[in-house]
Parts: sequence; structure tokens; C-alpha cells
Amino acid sequence: MDAMLFLTFAAIAVACAINLVLQTHPIASALSLVGVMGSLAVLYLLLGGEFIAAVQLIVYAGAIMVLFLFVIMLLNAAAEKKVKKPALKGVVAVPLVLTFLVLVAYLIQAQAPRGTGVKFGEFTGGGALDIGRSLFSTYILPFEVTSIVILIAILGAVVLARKEI
Amino acid sequence: MNFYILSLLKAGLLAFVLLTFCAYLVWIERKVLAHIQLRPGPYRVGPHGLLQPLSDLIKLITKEGLIPGNVSTVMYLFAPFLAVALALISIVTIPFGPEFEIFGVRTWLGLTDLNIGVLFILAMSSLGVYATAIGGWASNSKYALLGGLRSSAQMISYELPMALALVAPILIANTLSFRELAEAQSGFHFGLLPKWHIFAAPFPQVFSFIIFLIAAFAETNRVPFDLPEAETELVAGFHTEYTSTMFAAFFTAEYANIVTICCVTTLLFLGGWHPLFPSEYGSDFIPVILLLGVAGMFFFHAGQAVKTRLWDRFSFPVGGVVTLGLAGLFLIPMLKPILVPFFWFAAKTLLLIFVFIWVRGTLPRFRYDQLMRFAWTFLFPVAVVNLLVTALAVALTTK
Repeated sequence: MDAMLFLTFAAIAVACAINLVLQTHPIASALSLVGVMGSLAVLYLLLGGEFIAAVQLIVYAGAIMVLFLFVIMLLNAAAEKKVKKPALKGVVAVPLVLTFLVLVAYLIQAQAPRGTGVKFGEFTGGGALDIGRSLFSTYILPFEVTSIVILIAILGAVVLARKEI
Repeated sequence: MNFYILSLLKAGLLAFVLLTFCAYLVWIERKVLAHIQLRPGPYRVGPHGLLQPLSDLIKLITKEGLIPGNVSTVMYLFAPFLAVALALISIVTIPFGPEFEIFGVRTWLGLTDLNIGVLFILAMSSLGVYATAIGGWASNSKYALLGGLRSSAQMISYELPMALALVAPILIANTLSFRELAEAQSGFHFGLLPKWHIFAAPFPQVFSFIIFLIAAFAETNRVPFDLPEAETELVAGFHTEYTSTMFAAFFTAEYANIVTICCVTTLLFLGGWHPLFPSEYGSDFIPVILLLGVAGMFFFHAGQAVKTRLWDRFSFPVGGVVTLGLAGLFLIPMLKPILVPFFWFAAKTLLLIFVFIWVRGTLPRFRYDQLMRFAWTFLFPVAVVNLLVTALAVALTTK
């Protein structure tokens, strides 16, 4: 059951990612990215990270991508025009990419130690309580530093967006 | 019983009840609005217009499904599907009552429980923006596009105060699961006042309740925040170009969202299925008394039926007998542990739905800049302060 779900949503994620590149219209690409994020959320859920899965949906799919979509709609970005395809694309690029993918897969297969793969349902520390505990004890310094960095980014955005200073 | 069979049964029952209720919610809304405006409302189809939802449904289904020429077809068709799917999915985490046992089967009144139930609802409602935004964009019409843009900006803005208001009761109950949230609100202060979060001990959650309700109006695109479909400016907003079943899908999604958000408010603030006062003082008999009162009203008016409305001589006594039968159901000991909690849950949810309709009949629409200023400069700071005070109260009272 877990393996079936994993294969289904992994396939959806890959298909959406390919579609993201292939689509010519920015809105279709943005929606494909939402599809990738949604299927990633399901993969997190399979690994036992239910809090991360929900946050992935709320923050990435629900807030950030909506803003992307909003900006694309507001600017009324049209479909990009197809440029003439280089002749070498089919002959060289596609085999090269495929070779690269096969190489990566082979290397991972060869290097990864046997029997240490992820097992579905093994990890149980993905609830809100566990994540909150570790964020505010073990990882308190990185957490606070990240929040300050984000705060600086927000202030910068506010300053940049102001009409008169 | 097999888990899968039980889940299928419950899912079927839930879908049937929810969709029927959504159809009748339209009737309730039209009736309440009509009475606010001193009109009778739908009256022609069936007694007191009770068959109006059915005839509306037949009308919508049998209409020609028109796809305008300039739309991007895939997304145009995808948007209503997405809207209705997301609206129906979010109801699965709502528990309508406690665990009960019937015919030797122990189960919960409600489909499932997630340990991230509250976040799940938030995620589904934030994904719901896509339906309106895509629908508005794919229609390739200026009114629809403006509606879609307005709705995405509005829903992002109001999600923040909504989430902040929702965190406060979660802090008190210390859980994200709806079942545990409702269980945490059982019991009574001084044996009389219910321990609902709206009456929480050191710092009552009245402010977060009001903030959540205001944000809920905006999230479901209801008056006074119905700018995405403001008919005076935008014809019908994001669903201007939709007809037939696709329009019906948007319509169903809107009403299903109202039902879900009212259920969530009930569970977060109003104590879920827990009664208003202890059962030692007879709160179990409230539904029976109410239904008896309704039956009495039916019989009284049946005796006074006006000559021009001959149909009432038949429909009022039948209504009276049906309500008497319902009152009898609440007295059967086997059904009592299911029906009485469900009554309290339904009563609170229906009251909130009534408030939604009441506000629609009362308040005028916001202007767009007022809407944004209200969200960011008033609602958001108030929600933050409320959350901080709640956190302080929780930190001081828990050992």
C-alpha cells in the first residue's frame, strides 16, 4: 500500500516537474509546480512527517504559489514564443541527460550501504509536538538566526516597496 | 465490522447528508433573507418552497453546458472540479459527535481523525484559492479575471488573522486533532458554565472567536466581503462565464465551505457536541422540548389554516406528526447517546450558519481598500495581541 502510494505520487511529482518545463504559458507552469509541491507533501506524509506535509501545503502550495499566480495574472504574462529549436537538441542533449540520470542512479545504487533504506511508517517523530520540542531545544540557535534573517528580508521588502522614504 | 466497509458506509452517508444539506442551505438562505426583507421567499414549488432545491438542481443539470470560445478549456473545466473536490474533502476530519456503540460496533460519529486535523482544514482552504483564481483567469473575461484576482488577494490576507485566531484555542487544548479539541472542552466551571473555549478560564476566547468568524466570512467570500463576486461591479465575479453543472459545482463548493467553517468554529470555540448546561439539569431533554414546541406550532397553525392556502390543511399536520416522531427518537435509550450530542453539534453549527445569513441580510459590502486596510491594520494586530495574551495565560496556568 505504502509502496503503491509512493510510486503513484513520485510519478505525479516527476510528471508535473517535466510539464513545468514543457509548458509555454507561465500560469500552466506555476500550476505544475503546485502539483509537484502537493505530491511532495504526500511523500512527506508517507515518511511520517505529517506536520511538515501540512506546512508544505499551507505555506508553499497555499501561500507562496498563490502569490506567484497572482503576480503572473496581474502582469498578464502571455505564453512565451517558441524559438527555433537547435538541430543538435535531439541528437546530443537528450542522450546526454539520459546518460547523466543513469550515472546518478548507478552511483547511488553502488554507494549507498545495503539495508539502510527508508522504511515507510518507521519514523514517528513528525508530529507538531516533537518538531516544536526540537526547534526550541536542540535547534534553538539556527531557528532564531533564521527568523532574524527572514525579519531582515521582510524589512528590506517593505523599504523597497515604499514609494517615498 | 471491517474497517473499510464501515468507512465506505460512513463516507456515503456523509456525502449524501452534506450535499443534501448544501442544497437545502440555499433554501434556508433564501427564506431567511426573504423574511429579513419582509417577503415570503420561495413559495411555489412544494409546500413553502421545500422542493425548490430539487427543481433548481434539475434546472442546473439540464441546462446546456456552454464553453465560451476564448477560454483555455482544460483549466476552465478543471477549476469547478477543484473547487468542489477541495470543499468536500475538508469535511472528513470533522467529528460530529463522540464515540458510540450500536449493534455491537464501536465507532465515532464522523469519518476520520487526523493528528493534524486543524492544519489539514487550513491547507484545504488555502488550496481553495486556486479554484477561484484559475476559474477567473481561464474564463478570459475582464469581470471574471478581476474577481479571481480579488479573491486570491483577499483570501491570502484573511488567512493570516484566521490562522492566528485559531492558534489561541489550540494552545489551550494543546492538540491539533478535532476530537481531542472537543474532548478538552467537556465539563463545567462551578458545575454550571460549560468549559468551552469561548468561556476558557483565565482568558475567555471571545476575541479569537470574533476574529475567526470575521476571517471566515472573508474566506468563504460572503457578504460583507463578497468582492470576488460583487454583482453590482463584476456581474458575478469569477464564475461569470460558467453555466450549468460547472456553475452548480462552484455553488456547491461555496455552501460546503460555509458548512465546514461553521463546524470548525463550533469545534474550536463552542465546545463541539458538549451541551450548554449539565445533563443533571436536564439538558438531554432540550431537543425533545424544542421539537414538541415545533409540533405544537404546526398543529396550532393547521387549525387556523387560511382558506386560500388549502394545502396547509394537509402539510401542517403532517409536519407536526413528523416532528413528534423525531422528538420520540430522542427518547429511545439506544439512540440517545448518538442523537443528543449530534443535536448540540448541529444546533451550534446551524446557529452560526444563521449568523452568516443574517449578516448577509444586514451589512453592506466593503470597498476594496477598506477590506485590505481592515485586514492588515486592524484584524491582524488584534489577533497577534490576543494570541500573546492567551499564550501568557496558558503559560501561567499550566504547571
